[in-house]
Amino acid sequence: MGLTPDLSVQIGSLRLANPLIAASGCFGYGLEYAGAIDLTTLGGFVTKGLFLKAREGHPPERIVETPSGMLNAIGLQGIGVHRFISERLPDLRRTGATTIVNICGTSIGEYAEVALALSQAEGVAAIEINISCPNIKEGGIQFGCSLGGTFDVVSAVRKATHLPIIPKLTPNVTDPASFAKASEEAGADAVSLVNTFLAMVLDVETRRPAISNGMGGLSGPAIRPIAVRMVYECAQSVKIPVIGMGGVASARDVLEFLIAGATAVQVGTANFVDPFIWTKLVTGLTDYLTRHNVARVTDLVGTVDFSKGGH
Amino acid sequence: MPVDIRARVIGNALLSPDYNVLSLAAPEIAASCQPGQFVMVKPGRGTDPLLRRPFSVFEVLRDGTGTPIGITILSKRIGVTTQLLHDAAEGDTIDCLGPLGQPFNLVDPPAEAWMVAGGVGLAPFATTLEALNARRTASVLFYGARSSADLFYLDWFSSRGARLALATEDGSVGDTGRITVPLERELRAAEGRAVTLYACGPEPMLEAVANLATRYGRRCEVSVERVMGCGMGGCYSCVVPLKDGTGGQHFVRSCISGPVFDGAEIVWD
Repeated sequence: MGLTPDLSVQIGSLRLANPLIAASGCFGYGLEYAGAIDLTTLGGFVTKGLFLKAREGHPPERIVETPSGMLNAIGLQGIGVHRFISERLPDLRRTGATTIVNICGTSIGEYAEVALALSQAEGVAAIEINISCPNIKEGGIQFGCSLGGTFDVVSAVRKATHLPIIPKLTPNVTDPASFAKASEEAGADAVSLVNTFLAMVLDVETRRPAISNGMGGLSGPAIRPIAVRMVYECAQSVKIPVIGMGGVASARDVLEFLIAGATAVQVGTANFVDPFIWTKLVTGLTDYLTRHNVARVTDLVGTVDFSKGGH
Repeated sequence: MPVDIRARVIGNALLSPDYNVLSLAAPEIAASCQPGQFVMVKPGRGTDPLLRRPFSVFEVLRDGTGTPIGITILSKRIGVTTQLLHDAAEGDTIDCLGPLGQPFNLVDPPAEAWMVAGGVGLAPFATTLEALNARRTASVLFYGARSSADLFYLDWFSSRGARLALATEDGSVGDTGRITVPLERELRAAEGRAVTLYACGPEPMLEAVANLATRYGRRCEVSVERVMGCGMGGCYSCVVPLKDGTGGQHFVRSCISGPVFDGAEIVWD
Protein backbone atom coordinates (compact mmCIF):
# COMPACT_ATOMS: atom_id res chain seq x y z
CA MET A 1 0.00 0.00 0.00
CA GLY A 2 2.82 2.38 0.92
CA LEU A 3 0.53 5.16 2.15
CA THR A 4 -0.01 6.00 5.77
CA PRO A 5 -3.52 4.86 6.72
CA ASP A 6 -6.07 7.57 7.41
CA LEU A 7 -6.89 7.53 11.13
CA SER A 8 -9.34 10.44 11.11
CA VAL A 9 -12.96 9.97 12.15
CA GLN A 10 -16.09 12.11 12.10
CA ILE A 11 -18.37 12.65 15.11
CA GLY A 12 -21.24 14.85 13.96
CA SER A 13 -19.61 18.04 12.69
CA LEU A 14 -16.43 17.26 14.62
CA ARG A 15 -13.43 15.83 12.79
CA LEU A 16 -10.92 14.00 15.00
CA ALA A 17 -7.35 13.34 13.85
CA ASN A 18 -7.67 9.81 15.19
CA PRO A 19 -10.28 7.75 17.06
CA LEU A 20 -8.46 7.88 20.43
CA ILE A 21 -10.09 9.97 23.15
CA ALA A 22 -9.15 10.25 26.83
CA ALA A 23 -12.21 9.42 28.92
CA SER A 24 -13.89 11.77 31.36
CA GLY A 25 -12.73 11.48 34.94
CA CYS A 26 -9.45 9.92 33.85
CA PHE A 27 -7.64 12.91 32.41
CA GLY A 28 -8.38 15.80 34.80
CA TYR A 29 -8.96 18.95 32.75
CA GLY A 30 -6.29 17.89 30.26
CA LEU A 31 -3.68 20.38 31.41
CA GLU A 32 -2.47 17.92 34.07
CA TYR A 33 -0.99 15.90 31.20
CA ALA A 34 0.17 18.76 28.96
CA GLY A 35 3.65 18.80 30.52
CA ALA A 36 4.22 15.09 29.89
CA ILE A 37 2.60 14.49 26.50
CA ASP A 38 1.56 16.39 23.38
CA LEU A 39 -2.22 16.61 23.71
CA THR A 40 -2.59 16.69 19.92
CA THR A 41 -1.41 13.07 19.83
CA LEU A 42 -4.94 12.22 20.95
CA GLY A 43 -7.98 12.58 18.75
CA GLY A 44 -9.43 14.42 21.71
CA PHE A 45 -10.00 14.28 25.43
CA VAL A 46 -13.04 14.60 27.66
CA THR A 47 -12.84 16.80 30.75
CA LYS A 48 -13.86 15.76 34.21
CA GLY A 49 -17.61 16.23 34.65
CA LEU A 50 -18.68 19.81 35.25
CA PHE A 51 -21.75 21.11 37.02
CA LEU A 52 -22.72 24.76 37.10
CA LYS A 53 -21.04 25.12 40.49
CA ALA A 54 -17.95 23.59 42.11
CA ARG A 55 -18.30 20.29 43.97
CA GLU A 56 -16.09 18.77 46.64
CA GLY A 57 -16.74 15.10 45.88
CA HIS A 58 -16.66 12.20 48.30
CA PRO A 59 -14.21 11.81 51.19
CA PRO A 60 -11.40 9.24 50.78
CA GLU A 61 -11.12 6.34 50.21
CA ARG A 62 -12.27 6.99 46.69
CA ILE A 63 -10.82 4.04 44.80
CA VAL A 64 -9.95 0.41 45.38
CA GLU A 65 -8.27 -1.99 43.01
CA THR A 66 -10.08 -5.15 41.89
CA PRO A 67 -8.96 -8.08 39.74
CA SER A 68 -7.91 -6.42 36.44
CA GLY A 69 -9.95 -3.38 37.33
CA MET A 70 -10.75 -0.69 39.82
CA LEU A 71 -13.73 0.67 41.65
CA ASN A 72 -14.14 4.42 42.00
CA ALA A 73 -16.51 6.81 43.69
CA ILE A 74 -14.84 10.20 43.35
CA GLY A 75 -18.18 11.99 43.57
CA LEU A 76 -17.59 14.40 40.67
CA GLN A 77 -15.23 16.76 42.46
CA GLY A 78 -14.92 19.69 40.10
CA ILE A 79 -14.41 23.42 39.70
CA GLY A 80 -17.72 24.22 38.01
CA VAL A 81 -18.25 25.32 34.43
CA HIS A 82 -17.51 29.03 34.87
CA ARG A 83 -14.11 28.52 36.48
CA PHE A 84 -13.36 25.92 33.81
CA ILE A 85 -14.10 28.45 31.09
CA SER A 86 -12.07 31.25 32.66
CA GLU A 87 -9.19 29.29 34.24
CA ARG A 88 -8.64 26.21 32.08
CA LEU A 89 -9.98 26.80 28.60
CA PRO A 90 -7.53 29.58 27.61
CA ASP A 91 -4.53 27.32 28.38
CA LEU A 92 -6.22 24.37 26.68
CA ARG A 93 -6.70 26.40 23.50
CA ARG A 94 -2.96 27.06 23.44
CA THR A 95 -2.18 23.33 23.59
CA GLY A 96 -4.15 22.68 20.41
CA ALA A 97 -6.05 19.88 22.17
CA THR A 98 -9.51 18.85 20.98
CA THR A 99 -11.48 19.50 24.14
CA ILE A 100 -14.75 17.71 24.73
CA VAL A 101 -16.47 18.90 27.90
CA ASN A 102 -18.42 16.46 30.06
CA ILE A 103 -21.43 18.14 31.62
CA CYS A 104 -23.56 17.15 34.61
CA GLY A 105 -26.70 18.46 36.20
CA THR A 106 -29.03 17.92 39.09
CA SER A 107 -31.89 19.16 36.89
CA ILE A 108 -32.63 19.37 33.19
CA GLY A 109 -32.33 23.13 33.48
CA GLU A 110 -28.81 22.85 34.87
CA TYR A 111 -27.67 20.65 31.98
CA ALA A 112 -29.01 23.22 29.52
CA GLU A 113 -27.43 26.11 31.40
CA VAL A 114 -23.99 24.44 31.49
CA ALA A 115 -24.27 23.60 27.79
CA LEU A 116 -25.23 27.17 26.94
CA ALA A 117 -22.27 28.60 28.86
CA LEU A 118 -19.91 26.25 27.02
CA SER A 119 -21.32 27.03 23.59
CA GLN A 120 -20.67 30.72 24.24
CA ALA A 121 -17.03 29.98 25.15
CA GLU A 122 -14.21 29.58 22.68
CA GLY A 123 -12.40 26.26 22.35
CA VAL A 124 -15.03 23.63 23.14
CA ALA A 125 -15.16 20.97 20.42
CA ALA A 126 -18.16 19.01 21.71
CA ILE A 127 -20.23 18.28 24.80
CA GLU A 128 -20.53 14.88 26.42
CA ILE A 129 -23.65 14.66 28.55
CA ASN A 130 -23.11 12.68 31.73
CA ILE A 131 -26.36 10.91 32.48
CA SER A 132 -24.62 7.85 33.82
CA CYS A 133 -22.40 8.57 36.83
CA PRO A 134 -23.32 5.84 39.31
CA ASN A 135 -21.75 7.61 42.30
CA ILE A 136 -23.91 10.56 43.20
CA LYS A 137 -27.49 10.52 44.33
CA GLU A 138 -28.74 13.73 42.80
CA GLY A 139 -28.65 14.03 39.05
CA GLY A 140 -27.08 12.11 36.25
CA ILE A 141 -28.06 8.51 36.69
CA GLN A 142 -31.69 9.38 37.53
CA PHE A 143 -31.99 10.61 33.92
CA GLY A 144 -29.74 7.95 32.43
CA CYS A 145 -31.73 5.01 33.76
CA SER A 146 -35.04 6.24 32.33
CA LEU A 147 -35.75 6.43 28.61
CA GLY A 148 -37.95 9.50 29.13
CA GLY A 149 -35.31 11.17 31.30
CA THR A 150 -32.63 10.50 28.72
CA PHE A 151 -34.80 11.92 25.94
CA ASP A 152 -35.67 15.03 27.97
CA VAL A 153 -32.07 15.86 28.99
CA VAL A 154 -30.70 15.34 25.50
CA SER A 155 -33.54 17.38 23.97
CA ALA A 156 -32.93 20.25 26.40
CA VAL A 157 -29.18 20.28 25.70
CA ARG A 158 -29.91 20.06 21.96
CA LYS A 159 -31.96 23.26 22.20
CA ALA A 160 -29.21 25.00 24.20
CA THR A 161 -26.25 24.40 21.89
CA HIS A 162 -25.15 23.86 18.30
CA LEU A 163 -22.02 22.01 19.46
CA PRO A 164 -21.96 18.26 18.83
CA ILE A 165 -23.62 16.55 21.81
CA ILE A 166 -22.74 13.07 23.01
CA PRO A 167 -24.83 11.49 25.79
CA LYS A 168 -22.69 9.11 27.84
CA LEU A 169 -24.75 6.03 28.59
CA THR A 170 -24.81 3.75 31.57
CA PRO A 171 -24.32 0.00 31.33
CA ASN A 172 -26.47 -0.44 34.46
CA VAL A 173 -29.64 -1.05 32.45
CA THR A 174 -30.98 -4.13 30.73
CA ASP A 175 -30.96 -2.71 27.23
CA PRO A 176 -28.44 0.12 26.58
CA ALA A 177 -29.40 0.14 22.88
CA SER A 178 -32.84 1.54 23.70
CA PHE A 179 -31.10 4.45 25.46
CA ALA A 180 -28.91 5.02 22.42
CA LYS A 181 -32.09 5.10 20.35
CA ALA A 182 -33.77 7.60 22.70
CA SER A 183 -30.64 9.77 22.50
CA GLU A 184 -30.66 9.68 18.71
CA GLU A 185 -34.33 10.63 18.60
CA ALA A 186 -33.63 13.56 20.93
CA GLY A 187 -31.02 14.94 18.55
CA ALA A 188 -27.73 13.54 19.82
CA ASP A 189 -24.81 13.62 17.38
CA ALA A 190 -23.30 10.46 18.88
CA VAL A 191 -23.49 8.36 22.03
CA SER A 192 -20.63 7.16 24.21
CA LEU A 193 -20.63 4.06 26.36
CA VAL A 194 -20.02 2.41 28.71
CA ASN A 195 -19.78 4.42 31.89
CA THR A 196 -18.75 2.26 34.87
CA PHE A 197 -20.62 -0.72 36.27
CA LEU A 198 -22.11 -0.17 39.70
CA ALA A 199 -20.18 -2.50 41.98
CA MET A 200 -19.04 -3.10 45.55
CA VAL A 201 -15.93 -4.27 47.39
CA LEU A 202 -15.96 -5.18 51.07
CA ASP A 203 -13.18 -5.53 53.60
CA VAL A 204 -14.03 -8.84 55.23
CA GLU A 205 -11.93 -8.12 58.35
CA THR A 206 -13.84 -4.95 59.19
CA ARG A 207 -17.00 -5.80 57.18
CA ARG A 208 -16.85 -2.27 55.82
CA PRO A 209 -17.05 -1.17 52.19
CA ALA A 210 -13.60 -0.49 50.77
CA ILE A 211 -14.57 3.00 49.59
CA SER A 212 -16.35 5.74 51.49
CA ASN A 213 -19.37 5.86 49.20
CA GLY A 214 -20.12 2.20 49.81
CA MET A 215 -20.57 1.40 46.14
CA GLY A 216 -18.67 2.65 43.14
CA GLY A 217 -18.12 2.27 39.42
CA LEU A 218 -16.09 -0.64 38.09
CA SER A 219 -13.71 0.05 35.20
CA GLY A 220 -10.66 -1.52 33.62
CA PRO A 221 -9.97 -4.63 31.53
CA ALA A 222 -12.32 -6.66 33.75
CA ILE A 223 -15.38 -5.04 32.12
CA ARG A 224 -14.18 -4.98 28.51
CA PRO A 225 -16.09 -7.95 27.03
CA ILE A 226 -19.38 -6.67 28.44
CA ALA A 227 -18.64 -3.19 27.10
CA VAL A 228 -17.83 -4.58 23.65
CA ARG A 229 -21.15 -6.43 23.61
CA MET A 230 -23.08 -3.28 24.59
CA VAL A 231 -21.27 -1.13 22.03
CA TYR A 232 -22.06 -3.73 19.39
CA GLU A 233 -25.76 -3.71 20.33
CA CYS A 234 -25.95 0.09 20.27
CA ALA A 235 -24.14 0.36 16.95
CA GLN A 236 -26.69 -2.07 15.50
CA SER A 237 -29.56 0.11 16.74
CA VAL A 238 -28.63 3.68 15.77
CA LYS A 239 -27.28 5.52 12.73
CA ILE A 240 -25.30 8.11 14.72
CA PRO A 241 -21.69 7.27 15.68
CA VAL A 242 -21.06 5.24 18.81
CA ILE A 243 -17.99 6.04 20.90
CA GLY A 244 -16.93 2.86 22.68
CA MET A 245 -15.08 2.46 25.94
CA GLY A 246 -14.55 0.04 28.78
CA GLY A 247 -11.19 -1.44 29.71
CA VAL A 248 -9.26 -0.44 26.60
CA ALA A 249 -5.58 -0.98 27.37
CA SER A 250 -3.94 -1.70 24.00
CA ALA A 251 -4.28 -1.13 20.26
CA ARG A 252 -5.82 -4.59 20.06
CA ASP A 253 -8.58 -3.45 22.39
CA VAL A 254 -9.18 -0.27 20.36
CA LEU A 255 -9.55 -2.43 17.26
CA GLU A 256 -12.01 -4.70 19.01
CA PHE A 257 -14.33 -1.77 19.78
CA LEU A 258 -14.00 -0.38 16.25
CA ILE A 259 -14.85 -3.73 14.70
CA ALA A 260 -17.79 -4.04 17.09
CA GLY A 261 -19.17 -0.79 15.72
CA ALA A 262 -17.49 2.10 17.53
CA THR A 263 -16.40 5.06 15.41
CA ALA A 264 -14.07 6.28 18.15
CA VAL A 265 -12.78 4.82 21.38
CA GLN A 266 -12.19 6.30 24.82
CA VAL A 267 -9.41 5.22 27.12
CA GLY A 268 -9.69 5.75 30.87
CA THR A 269 -8.17 3.47 33.45
CA ALA A 270 -5.27 2.47 31.15
CA ASN A 271 -4.18 6.12 31.09
CA PHE A 272 -3.66 5.90 34.86
CA VAL A 273 -1.32 2.96 34.35
CA ASP A 274 0.49 4.46 31.37
CA PRO A 275 0.13 8.19 30.63
CA PHE A 276 2.29 7.66 27.55
CA ILE A 277 -0.10 5.09 26.07
CA TRP A 278 -1.36 7.37 23.29
CA THR A 279 1.59 7.18 20.90
CA LYS A 280 1.68 3.40 21.47
CA LEU A 281 -2.00 3.14 20.50
CA VAL A 282 -1.52 5.29 17.39
CA THR A 283 1.45 3.17 16.33
CA GLY A 284 -0.39 -0.08 17.00
CA LEU A 285 -3.44 1.09 15.08
CA THR A 286 -1.35 2.25 12.12
CA ASP A 287 0.59 -1.02 12.07
CA TYR A 288 -2.61 -3.06 12.03
CA LEU A 289 -4.19 -1.05 9.22
CA THR A 290 -1.02 -1.31 7.18
CA ARG A 291 -0.71 -5.04 7.82
CA HIS A 292 -4.34 -5.64 6.83
CA ASN A 293 -4.16 -3.27 3.88
CA VAL A 294 -6.97 -1.08 5.22
CA ALA A 295 -6.77 2.51 3.95
CA ARG A 296 -9.02 4.21 6.46
CA VAL A 297 -9.68 3.36 10.09
CA THR A 298 -13.38 4.00 9.43
CA ASP A 299 -13.35 1.00 7.05
CA LEU A 300 -13.10 -1.20 10.14
CA VAL A 301 -16.11 0.21 11.95
CA GLY A 302 -18.85 -2.36 12.45
CA THR A 303 -17.21 -5.17 10.50
CA VAL A 304 -17.80 -8.14 12.79
CA ASP A 305 -17.63 -11.27 10.63
CA PHE A 306 -20.20 -13.83 11.76
CA SER A 307 -19.90 -15.89 8.58
CA LYS A 308 -17.99 -18.71 10.19
CA GLY A 309 -20.09 -18.71 13.31
CA GLY A 310 -17.33 -17.58 15.64
CA HIS A 311 -13.63 -18.07 15.73
CA MET B 1 8.57 16.47 33.68
CA PRO B 2 8.07 12.79 34.51
CA VAL B 3 9.48 9.99 32.40
CA ASP B 4 8.44 6.34 32.30
CA ILE B 5 11.36 3.94 32.46
CA ARG B 6 11.35 0.18 32.23
CA ALA B 7 13.94 0.06 34.99
CA ARG B 8 16.21 -2.94 35.45
CA VAL B 9 16.52 -4.27 38.98
CA ILE B 10 20.21 -3.94 39.92
CA GLY B 11 19.90 -5.03 43.53
CA ASN B 12 17.40 -6.15 46.12
CA ALA B 13 18.53 -6.06 49.74
CA LEU B 14 16.27 -7.66 52.33
CA LEU B 15 16.46 -5.63 55.52
CA SER B 16 14.10 -7.84 57.53
CA PRO B 17 11.36 -10.38 56.78
CA ASP B 18 9.13 -7.56 55.50
CA TYR B 19 11.36 -4.66 54.49
CA ASN B 20 13.49 -4.51 51.37
CA VAL B 21 15.47 -1.91 49.45
CA LEU B 22 15.15 -2.31 45.70
CA SER B 23 17.77 -0.73 43.44
CA LEU B 24 16.57 0.33 40.00
CA ALA B 25 18.56 1.54 36.98
CA ALA B 26 16.77 4.80 36.24
CA PRO B 27 19.35 7.49 35.42
CA GLU B 28 16.85 10.06 34.12
CA ILE B 29 14.80 9.90 37.31
CA ALA B 30 17.90 9.80 39.52
CA ALA B 31 19.28 12.92 37.84
CA SER B 32 16.18 15.05 38.28
CA CYS B 33 14.39 13.92 41.44
CA GLN B 34 14.25 16.15 44.51
CA PRO B 35 13.82 15.18 48.17
CA GLY B 36 10.22 14.20 48.89
CA GLN B 37 9.30 13.35 45.31
CA PHE B 38 7.97 9.94 44.38
CA VAL B 39 7.74 7.41 41.58
CA MET B 40 4.80 5.25 40.47
CA VAL B 41 5.98 1.67 40.03
CA LYS B 42 4.45 -1.39 38.42
CA PRO B 43 6.38 -4.62 38.88
CA GLY B 44 4.26 -6.85 36.64
CA ARG B 45 3.32 -6.58 32.97
CA GLY B 46 -0.19 -7.93 33.39
CA THR B 47 -3.45 -6.41 34.57
CA ASP B 48 -3.54 -7.92 38.06
CA PRO B 49 -2.30 -5.92 39.87
CA LEU B 50 -3.41 -3.25 37.45
CA LEU B 51 -2.46 0.13 38.87
CA ARG B 52 0.94 1.46 39.79
CA ARG B 53 1.84 2.18 43.39
CA PRO B 54 3.54 5.31 44.74
CA PHE B 55 6.92 5.07 46.46
CA SER B 56 9.19 7.84 47.71
CA VAL B 57 12.58 7.89 46.06
CA PHE B 58 14.76 6.51 48.87
CA GLU B 59 18.36 6.89 47.69
CA VAL B 60 19.93 8.26 44.52
CA LEU B 61 22.59 5.83 43.30
CA ARG B 62 25.73 7.22 41.65
CA ASP B 63 28.64 5.67 39.79
CA GLY B 64 32.32 6.27 40.62
CA THR B 65 32.28 9.65 38.93
CA GLY B 66 29.22 10.83 40.84
CA THR B 67 26.87 10.52 37.88
CA PRO B 68 23.33 9.47 38.93
CA ILE B 69 22.57 5.99 37.62
CA GLY B 70 19.57 4.84 39.59
CA ILE B 71 17.31 5.07 42.58
CA THR B 72 16.29 2.82 45.41
CA ILE B 73 12.89 2.41 46.97
CA LEU B 74 12.20 1.28 50.51
CA SER B 75 9.29 -1.14 50.58
CA LYS B 76 7.37 -2.88 53.34
CA ARG B 77 5.54 -6.01 52.32
CA ILE B 78 1.82 -5.44 52.90
CA GLY B 79 0.10 -6.36 49.64
CA VAL B 80 0.38 -7.80 46.16
CA THR B 81 2.65 -5.14 44.66
CA THR B 82 4.98 -4.97 47.67
CA GLN B 83 5.20 -8.77 47.58
CA LEU B 84 6.35 -8.54 43.95
CA LEU B 85 8.87 -5.87 44.91
CA HIS B 86 10.04 -8.06 47.79
CA ASP B 87 10.55 -11.00 45.40
CA ALA B 88 12.11 -9.03 42.53
CA ALA B 89 15.42 -10.42 41.28
CA GLU B 90 18.35 -8.74 39.57
CA GLY B 91 17.64 -8.41 35.87
CA ASP B 92 13.87 -8.12 36.30
CA THR B 93 12.35 -4.92 34.96
CA ILE B 94 9.92 -2.66 36.76
CA ASP B 95 8.01 0.19 35.14
CA CYS B 96 8.91 3.36 36.97
CA LEU B 97 7.19 6.71 36.30
CA GLY B 98 8.61 9.86 37.83
CA PRO B 99 9.79 11.96 39.42
CA LEU B 100 6.39 13.15 40.59
CA GLY B 101 4.97 15.53 43.18
CA GLN B 102 6.14 18.51 45.18
CA PRO B 103 9.42 18.18 47.12
CA PHE B 104 10.22 19.34 50.64
CA ASN B 105 11.16 23.01 51.00
CA LEU B 106 14.52 22.70 52.75
CA VAL B 107 15.92 25.33 55.09
CA ASP B 108 19.37 26.90 55.08
CA PRO B 109 21.62 27.47 58.11
CA PRO B 110 21.43 28.68 60.77
CA ALA B 111 18.02 26.98 60.74
CA GLU B 112 18.07 23.28 61.63
CA ALA B 113 16.12 20.56 59.84
CA TRP B 114 14.50 17.89 62.00
CA MET B 115 13.37 14.86 60.07
CA VAL B 116 10.68 12.77 61.76
CA ALA B 117 10.22 9.24 60.39
CA GLY B 118 7.88 6.46 61.42
CA GLY B 119 8.49 2.97 60.03
CA VAL B 120 8.62 2.92 56.23
CA GLY B 121 8.23 6.71 56.46
CA LEU B 122 12.04 6.81 56.55
CA ALA B 123 11.89 6.67 52.75
CA PRO B 124 12.09 10.36 51.77
CA PHE B 125 14.83 11.25 54.24
CA ALA B 126 17.97 9.78 52.64
CA THR B 127 17.78 12.19 49.71
CA THR B 128 16.64 14.90 52.11
CA LEU B 129 19.74 14.46 54.27
CA GLU B 130 22.05 14.64 51.25
CA ALA B 131 20.37 17.85 50.12
CA LEU B 132 20.57 19.29 53.64
CA ASN B 133 24.28 18.42 53.80
CA ALA B 134 24.83 20.19 50.48
CA ARG B 135 23.32 23.29 52.13
CA ARG B 136 25.34 22.66 55.31
CA THR B 137 22.07 22.63 57.25
CA ALA B 138 22.37 20.77 60.57
CA SER B 139 19.95 17.87 60.85
CA VAL B 140 18.40 15.47 63.33
CA LEU B 141 16.63 12.23 62.40
CA PHE B 142 13.83 11.34 64.81
CA TYR B 143 13.01 7.76 63.89
CA GLY B 144 10.45 5.54 65.52
CA ALA B 145 9.35 1.96 64.98
CA ARG B 146 7.84 -0.96 66.84
CA SER B 147 11.19 -2.43 67.82
CA SER B 148 14.93 -2.01 67.18
CA ALA B 149 14.69 -4.72 64.52
CA ASP B 150 12.48 -2.36 62.47
CA LEU B 151 14.98 0.53 62.47
CA PHE B 152 17.16 0.56 59.37
CA TYR B 153 20.02 2.56 57.87
CA LEU B 154 21.01 4.07 61.22
CA ASP B 155 24.71 4.03 60.28
CA TRP B 156 23.90 5.48 56.87
CA PHE B 157 22.27 8.50 58.46
CA SER B 158 24.70 9.00 61.36
CA SER B 159 27.78 8.60 59.14
CA ARG B 160 26.42 11.41 57.00
CA GLY B 161 26.08 13.75 59.92
CA ALA B 162 22.48 13.40 61.03
CA ARG B 163 22.08 13.23 64.79
CA LEU B 164 19.80 10.32 65.68
CA ALA B 165 16.92 10.39 68.16
CA LEU B 166 15.21 7.02 68.31
CA ALA B 167 12.07 5.64 69.89
CA THR B 168 10.64 2.11 69.92
CA GLU B 169 7.28 0.96 71.18
CA ASP B 170 8.90 -1.99 72.99
CA GLY B 171 11.72 0.13 74.38
CA SER B 172 14.42 -2.02 72.75
CA VAL B 173 16.31 1.11 71.72
CA GLY B 174 15.91 4.83 72.39
CA ASP B 175 12.87 6.20 74.15
CA THR B 176 10.05 3.84 74.94
CA GLY B 177 6.87 4.79 73.10
CA ARG B 178 6.15 6.98 70.13
CA ILE B 179 8.63 9.24 68.37
CA THR B 180 6.75 12.23 69.76
CA VAL B 181 8.34 11.48 73.16
CA PRO B 182 11.89 12.57 72.21
CA LEU B 183 10.52 15.10 69.71
CA GLU B 184 8.55 17.02 72.31
CA ARG B 185 11.44 16.91 74.79
CA GLU B 186 13.79 18.41 72.20
CA LEU B 187 11.28 20.97 70.96
CA ARG B 188 10.96 22.19 74.55
CA ALA B 189 14.76 22.46 74.81
CA ALA B 190 15.22 24.16 71.44
CA GLU B 191 13.54 27.43 72.36
CA GLY B 192 15.14 30.34 70.53
CA ARG B 193 16.66 28.18 67.77
CA ALA B 194 15.25 28.10 64.25
CA VAL B 195 13.94 24.61 63.57
CA THR B 196 11.80 23.25 60.73
CA LEU B 197 10.22 19.80 60.92
CA TYR B 198 9.85 17.34 58.05
CA ALA B 199 7.69 14.31 58.80
CA CYS B 200 6.73 11.10 57.03
CA GLY B 201 5.01 8.08 58.53
CA PRO B 202 1.63 6.78 59.65
CA GLU B 203 -1.17 9.33 59.62
CA PRO B 204 -1.63 9.44 63.43
CA MET B 205 2.09 10.19 63.77
CA LEU B 206 1.85 12.98 61.18
CA GLU B 207 -1.08 14.49 63.00
CA ALA B 208 0.72 14.31 66.35
CA VAL B 209 3.90 15.84 64.91
CA ALA B 210 1.97 18.61 63.13
CA ASN B 211 0.13 19.41 66.35
CA LEU B 212 3.39 19.51 68.32
CA ALA B 213 4.90 21.80 65.70
CA THR B 214 1.95 24.16 66.00
CA ARG B 215 2.15 24.12 69.80
CA TYR B 216 5.86 24.99 69.70
CA GLY B 217 5.51 27.48 66.86
CA ARG B 218 7.50 25.52 64.32
CA ARG B 219 6.89 25.08 60.63
CA CYS B 220 6.25 21.42 59.79
CA GLU B 221 6.08 19.85 56.36
CA VAL B 222 4.47 16.43 56.20
CA SER B 223 4.64 13.90 53.38
CA VAL B 224 1.33 12.03 53.23
CA GLU B 225 0.65 8.59 51.86
CA ARG B 226 -2.60 8.10 49.96
CA VAL B 227 -4.22 5.46 47.80
CA MET B 228 -3.22 6.84 44.42
CA GLY B 229 -4.54 5.85 41.02
CA CYS B 230 -2.31 7.68 38.58
CA GLY B 231 0.16 10.04 40.25
CA MET B 232 -0.44 12.65 37.54
CA GLY B 233 -3.57 14.50 38.70
CA GLY B 234 -5.90 12.57 36.43
CA CYS B 235 -8.03 10.52 38.77
CA TYR B 236 -8.74 12.62 41.90
CA SER B 237 -8.46 9.59 44.18
CA CYS B 238 -5.57 10.72 46.43
CA VAL B 239 -7.13 13.84 47.89
CA VAL B 240 -6.27 15.40 51.24
CA PRO B 241 -8.60 17.83 53.04
CA LEU B 242 -6.93 21.24 53.43
CA LYS B 243 -8.25 24.23 55.37
CA ASP B 244 -9.80 26.72 52.97
CA GLY B 245 -9.14 29.77 55.15
CA THR B 246 -12.80 30.40 55.93
CA GLY B 247 -13.36 27.62 58.44
CA GLY B 248 -14.16 25.03 55.80
CA GLN B 249 -12.08 22.52 53.89
CA HIS B 250 -11.43 21.52 50.33
CA PHE B 251 -9.96 18.38 48.79
CA VAL B 252 -6.58 18.72 47.12
CA ARG B 253 -4.81 16.05 45.06
CA SER B 254 -1.77 14.81 46.96
CA CYS B 255 -0.06 13.61 43.76
CA ILE B 256 0.38 17.03 42.18
CA SER B 257 -0.16 19.48 45.08
CA GLY B 258 1.64 17.13 47.50
CA PRO B 259 2.64 14.64 48.76
CA VAL B 260 4.36 17.33 50.84
CA PHE B 261 1.99 19.71 52.61
CA ASP B 262 2.27 22.27 55.38
CA GLY B 263 1.10 20.24 58.38
CA ALA B 264 -0.84 23.23 59.72
CA GLU B 265 -3.00 23.34 56.59
CA ILE B 266 -4.25 19.76 56.72
CA VAL B 267 -7.62 19.01 58.31
CA TRP B 268 -6.79 15.92 60.38
CA ASP B 269 -9.55 13.38 61.01
